[in-house]
Amino acid sequence: MAGRRGKNKNEYYFDYTLLFIILFLVAFGLVMIYSASSYSAETEIGNAMYFLLHQGGAAALGLVAMFIVSKIPYHFWERFAVLGYVVSIVMIVLVLSPLGIERNGARRWLNLGVSVQPAEIAKLAMILFLASMICKMGRSVRSTKAFFMILGAAGLVCVLVWQITDNMSSAIIIFGIAFLMLFVASPDYKRFVLIGAAGVSLAALLVFLISKASTTEGMNFRSVRILAWLNPELYASGTGFQTLQALYAIGSGGIFGKGLGQSIQKLGYLPEEQNDMIFAVICEELGLFGAIAVILIFVLMIWRFMVIANNAPDLFGALLVVGVMGHIAIQVILNIAVVTNTIPNTGISLPFISYGGSSVMFLLIEMGLVMSVARKIRLKDV
Amino acid sequence: METSKTFHRKKIVIVFLICILLFLGLSGRMVYLMVFRSEHYSALAEDLHQRERKIKAKRGRILDVNGTILADNRTVCTISVIHSQITDPEKVIAVLSEELGLSEETVRKRVEKVSSIEKVKSNVDKEVGDAIRAYKLDGVKVDEDYKRYYPYDELASKVLGFTGADNQGILALESYYEEYLQGEAGTILEMTDARGVELTEAGEERVEPVNGDDLYISMDVNIQQYATQLANQVMKAKEAQSVSILVMRPDNGEILAMVDVPEYNLNDPFTLSDAFLELNTPETTEEETDGEVSASGDGLTEQEKQDLLNRMWRNACINDTYEPGSAFKIITASAALEEGVVTEEDTFSCPGFIVVDDRKIRCAKVGGHGAETFVQGTMNSCNPVFVTVGQRLGVDRYYHYFEQFGLKQKTGIDLPGEAATIMHKKEDMGPVELATVSFGQSFQITPIQLAATVSSLINGGDRITPHFGVKTVNEAGEVTNTFEWEVQENILSESTSERLRAILFQVVENGGGKNGKVEGYHIGGKTATSETLPRGTGKYISSFLGFAPAEDPKVLALCIIRVPQGTYYGGLIAAPVVRQLFENILPYLEKREYNQG
Repeated sequence: MAGRRGKNKNEYYFDYTLLFIILFLVAFGLVMIYSASSYSAETEIGNAMYFLLHQGGAAALGLVAMFIVSKIPYHFWERFAVLGYVVSIVMIVLVLSPLGIERNGARRWLNLGVSVQPAEIAKLAMILFLASMICKMGRSVRSTKAFFMILGAAGLVCVLVWQITDNMSSAIIIFGIAFLMLFVASPDYKRFVLIGAAGVSLAALLVFLISKASTTEGMNFRSVRILAWLNPELYASGTGFQTLQALYAIGSGGIFGKGLGQSIQKLGYLPEEQNDMIFAVICEELGLFGAIAVILIFVLMIWRFMVIANNAPDLFGALLVVGVMGHIAIQVILNIAVVTNTIPNTGISLPFISYGGSSVMFLLIEMGLVMSVARKIRLKDV
Repeated sequence: METSKTFHRKKIVIVFLICILLFLGLSGRMVYLMVFRSEHYSALAEDLHQRERKIKAKRGRILDVNGTILADNRTVCTISVIHSQITDPEKVIAVLSEELGLSEETVRKRVEKVSSIEKVKSNVDKEVGDAIRAYKLDGVKVDEDYKRYYPYDELASKVLGFTGADNQGILALESYYEEYLQGEAGTILEMTDARGVELTEAGEERVEPVNGDDLYISMDVNIQQYATQLANQVMKAKEAQSVSILVMRPDNGEILAMVDVPEYNLNDPFTLSDAFLELNTPETTEEETDGEVSASGDGLTEQEKQDLLNRMWRNACINDTYEPGSAFKIITASAALEEGVVTEEDTFSCPGFIVVDDRKIRCAKVGGHGAETFVQGTMNSCNPVFVTVGQRLGVDRYYHYFEQFGLKQKTGIDLPGEAATIMHKKEDMGPVELATVSFGQSFQITPIQLAATVSSLINGGDRITPHFGVKTVNEAGEVTNTFEWEVQENILSESTSERLRAILFQVVENGGGKNGKVEGYHIGGKTATSETLPRGTGKYISSFLGFAPAEDPKVLALCIIRVPQGTYYGGLIAAPVVRQLFENILPYLEKREYNQG
C-alpha cells in the first residue's frame, strides 16, 4: 500500500483505523446476529443460518458499495442533493401506494424489487441535502431565516416519516442529524441551547403529566410506553414485556457474561432479539466487559469521524462527516438507552450489529462517503 | 466554497464531547444494571427459565412401643405426558388407556393437550408404573411417589389420623407431629426455553429431599387391639352408641391404648363407615326418603356428608366433654382428705336423700344407706356423703383444689382439638352447684382429663401430661428427639395419695366396683353412671375407672359406654370390661416389663 500511495502526486490520507473499526463491527454484528437468531431461525424458519446469510449478503454488497463510494470524490454527489431530498419524500409518500409493504403491523417498506425502508434513504439524503444547502447559503446561514429554513426542510421529512410510516424513532434521528449539522455550521450557541432546553423540559412535562394521569384509558400506545418505562414490572405482560425481558438479559449477564452463545433470553423469551434488542443479548453473553467494549468501539468510530471532519478540506466534506457522525452517535445512544430502559421504548436498531439488510447497506455507503472525504485530506494537514 | 473554520472545529469537538458524556452516562447505567441489579434480574430471569419439579420427601412412619408399624408408606406412581416429546401419540394413548384402565377419550385429551406437562393419573400401583416404564415410550413420564398406608386399617384410627392429597397430616398424631413426620421436599430445577422445552446442555439442579423422621409412640398394638375388641363386644351387646376405652400409665402419662368405637378405616377415611351410618343417619334424610336410606351415604349433600365425616373422625376421649358422675368422687375425696375435713372413719347417715337449700338431692339407693363411714360411703358411692363432704370444704376450698388438680386447664395431650373443661365460674357457685359438683354432675370434662387427673392423684400426687409421643428416629436409626412431658409435682401429698389408693381398693374389693376385681391382683377403682343431658330421656353414660396394682399403680383404665340399652349401671356393665382387659394385659405388662427390664 505504501508503494501505491507513493505513486500519488501528494501524500493523501487513508483512514485504516476507521476501516478496521467498520470491518470489526460488521463481523462482530454477523457473529452476534447468528448467536441471537439461530434459535428462532431454527424453530420458526427451519434454518439456523437464515438471518446470518441474509445479513451477510447485504453486508458484502454494502462493503463493495462502500469501496466504490470511497473512490468517488464526494463533490460528485453534491449535484444530487436536491434530487435526493425530493426522491426521499416521494418514496415516503409511495409507502401509502400499493408498493408499500406492511410488516409487524407497520407500513414502512417499499417493494422495489428488494424491500427498502424509505426512512433509511431519507437519512442519507438529508445529510447530503443539508451539507449542500448550508454550503450554498454561505455566511447567511447565521441568519434566523436560514436557521428556520433548514430546520423546516428537515422538519418536513420528519413529519412525513413520523405520520406516514408511523416511525417516530427515524423521525427523531433525522431531526437530530439536521440539528447537529446546523449546530456545527452556525457559530451561535444560544438558539441551540434554548431549543435543547425547551425540548428537554417539554419531554419532562409530558412524562410528568402522563405519570400523574389517574387512568390509562384512552391513552395512545406512546403514553402507555412512558408508563411502562417508569415501571416496567407493572406492565410486565403488555407494553413493558420487551423492556423487562431486556433487563432480565442485561442483569443476568453480570460482569463477565454467560459466554458467547450462552444467552437463554434469546431462546424465545426476548422479542426482537436479533434486531432492536440485540444489545441485550450482547450484555447477557459478554457481560459488562463486552458491552463496554462495544461502546468503546463506537466511541472510537465517532472519534475518527471527529478527526476526519476537523481535517476535511472544505465545509461540505466536514458537514457530510458531521451528518454521518450524528447519525451513528444518535442511533447508538438511543438504542442502548432503550435497551437499558434509560428512555421509553421506541424501535431503534444498533448500527452495523442489528439485523436489517437495507440499514447495514446504507450505513456502509455512508462510511464510503466518510472515507471519500478522508481521502482528500492531505497528510500534512493531519 | 467556504472552508472549514475554527468555530466549526470547536463545535465538532463539542458534539464529540457531548457524545462521550452520554456514553459515560449509559455506561454508568449499565454498571448499575449489571453489577448492582444483577442479582435481582438474574433471580427473576432464573425464575422464568427454570421449571421446578418437586421430589416428595418420604413421610416418617409411626411405630408403637414394640416397633410395630402403624403408619407406613407405599410407593405409588404418577403418570404424566410431555406433549412436545411424544413421538408416537397413538401408541401412547393405546398403552396408557389399557394399563391405567382409563377410557381412550380421557387419555387422548391429556395426550393431545398442548402443555408443558400433563398429569394423566396419580396413585398408580408401582407394578403398573413399572409396566408402563418398560414400554420406553417417548414423552411419558413415570414419577414415583409415596402414599400413606395404614397396615391395621381401623385400629387406633382416631389416634393416628390420616394424610391428605399432598401427604400432609390432617388429623390426630399425623397432624400434631407434622413437622417431624413430613420431612423436606426436594426439587429438580430444569432450564427451559420459552416453549418449555428442556435445555439438556444447561443441566439440572437437584436438591435432594430430606425424609421425615419415624415417630415412636407409647401405644402398644396388642393392648390397643384387645381394648378395641372389648369395646366392640360391649357396644354390640349393649347396643350402645359408642364405647371409649383409655389405658394409660399413671406414673408417667404414657397412653397405652385409646379406643373410641366405632372407628373408621384410615386407608379409606372419606367413606362413611356402615357402622357409623347405622347410628348417625340424619333424621331429615330418613323422612325425605321414606325411611329407605342407603347405608353408603348416597343422597347426602356435600355439606351433610362433610358434617358426618367430621363426626365420624371425632375422638370422644379428647374432643368431647361429658359429666363424669360418681367417678369424680375420687377428686372430692382427695380434696377433703388433703384438707383434713374428713377421715376414713368419720361417720355419716344417709336417709336416701339430702336437702341443699330448697333442693332435695337423691341418693342412688332410694331407701338410703343408713349409717356409714366415709370409706363405706365411697364404696356405696353415696351422694349425701359426698355432698356433706363438699359442704365441709366450701366453695373456696373446693374451687381451689379443682384448679390445683389441673382440672381447669387442658391436659396438654399430644392430639389436636382437646376440648376444654366446662365448669361453673367461682362466683356463680352456690350451695346447689357445690353439692352437684361434689358427686360429678353439673359440669363437664373430657375422658382424658378424668383419666389424667385420677392418674395424678393416685401416683403420689404428681400431675402428669397424658401423651403418646416418645421419640423420633431418623432414617439412619439415630434418635433425633426424645419428648419430655411436663410434670407438676405435689398437687396432692404423697400420704393422701396413699390413703386414696386404699379407699379405691376397698371400692373394688368390697364395694360397688367389685365386678372390676381380677383374680390375683389388687385393683383400685370407681364406678360411675350419669344421665345424659337433657335429663329424663332415659339415656345414660356408664363408666368404670380402674387401676392396678392398687398399692403402686402401673396401669389405669377408663371404660365409658355411651347410651347402653337395658342395664346401665357402670358397676354392672363397664366394670366387667375393665376386668377382662386387666385379666389379659396385667400379665402381659408384667412380662413386657420383665423382658424390657
